[in-house]
Amino acid sequence: MSVSVRVIPCLDVADGRVVKGVNFQGLRDAGDPVELARTYDREGADEVTFLDVSASAEARATTMEVVARTAEEIFVPLTVGGGVRSVADVDRLLKAGADKVGVNTAAIARPELISEIAERFGSQVLVLSVDARRCTGDTRTESGYEVTTHGGRRGTGIDAVEWAVRGADLGAGEILLNSMDADGTTAGFDLQMLDDVRSQVRIPLIASGGAGTAEHFTEAAQHGADAVLAASVFHFRTLTVAQVKEHMRLAGIPVR
Amino acid sequence: MSPRVVVLDYGSGNVRSAVRALERVGAQVALTADADAVAAADGLVVPGVGAFAAVMEQLRSVRGDMMIERRLAGGRPVLGICVGMQVMFTSGDEHGVSTAGLDQWPGEVTRLEADVVPHMGWSTVSAPEGTVLFDGVDDERFYFVHSYGVQTDPAAALTSDSPLEPPLVTWAEHGRPFVAAVENGALTATQFHPEKSGDAGAQLLRNWVTALDR
Repeated sequence: MSVSVRVIPCLDVADGRVVKGVNFQGLRDAGDPVELARTYDREGADEVTFLDVSASAEARATTMEVVARTAEEIFVPLTVGGGVRSVADVDRLLKAGADKVGVNTAAIARPELISEIAERFGSQVLVLSVDARRCTGDTRTESGYEVTTHGGRRGTGIDAVEWAVRGADLGAGEILLNSMDADGTTAGFDLQMLDDVRSQVRIPLIASGGAGTAEHFTEAAQHGADAVLAASVFHFRTLTVAQVKEHMRLAGIPVR
Repeated sequence: MSPRVVVLDYGSGNVRSAVRALERVGAQVALTADADAVAAADGLVVPGVGAFAAVMEQLRSVRGDMMIERRLAGGRPVLGICVGMQVMFTSGDEHGVSTAGLDQWPGEVTRLEADVVPHMGWSTVSAPEGTVLFDGVDDERFYFVHSYGVQTDPAAALTSDSPLEPPLVTWAEHGRPFVAAVENGALTATQFHPEKSGDAGAQLLRNWVTALDR
């Protein structure tokens, strides 16, 4: 009877197009986020996430249009993150058709943004995205993990576990925990970090960064992830959503 | 002719997908809070996300409470979704503050007790004998996202000599059992989001829309 562990493909979108490359057969246009979202929906994705990596306001406006078209086409939840700085940004995305909105850097600069969004729209729309890495050099935090910005290039000195706890207290409905150390390595999720955050927060936790094999997803679920998110393994057909779910199912993890 | 469905437009979050999902299963859909349109529709969908008190306030501000009441008095179908289901109950308790609901069914909406809240994701349900809504989809998972729910049996409050038909209650579990759906004459409601529940959700909406066409 328990809730299943969600498998979530994530697409980087800029100026209305998928960036960072997608390579799978059978698509008319591998750069079209709408077509990809639809394909993942058909293949059993439990949710789809768009990360807007646009550099300009103009390009972001295009993303709205993509979100709107995607919402017409898919019948699973759609989360959109990237560049969300205000309640008005969230409002626009929800009106366009997003079900949930990811907030990252702007909340680090101004944590009250989390409660403002939660009070206005409810916690369930708000995913707090935490880009974390192991502390290096002179940086020390209690958990040994710090929050980063700028895609992991800049440290903040903020304890990643404490930040996740604070985000939950302020009203985030979910934590997207992205390991900047593991990201792109395909060597597996940072299970230690997952354990540390899981033991401290009681809102759903999405594991992200490092997925390379189906087993990695299963491990993350066994370490308490409520959802597992990945990009390139799905885009490059190393794995399909169905293969990941089958592995999890055989390991006794509830999947849809 | 395809059934005409109104999705009640009262400022509640993302309703596009509800409109689209209903169209997908063959309904002719309008998003409006116009009283005549609501009264004339074959079916009315009451969406709802966010806080119970805020949803009640928004509903009242467009006189949605009266429109729902009127439709139900005439035995005209209404489908509540998520908080749109919760407001059909007696009251909602949030942070110790109780807000009156539409009181179509007895029960209080209270905070879920589980290791992880919100309950966010796909869960199985257990539908009762005689269900129309879950016909063909009673083994599927549906998409839930909520921190509050009805954790008492709305059918239990009816005495055995009551002239009312007892509601058909579908249960799900998150920490504890809670009401996932209710079918009760003209009034139907789901705690989960059928419009976000893939093919299973589409089938459930198709079941509801098809039954409008009688």
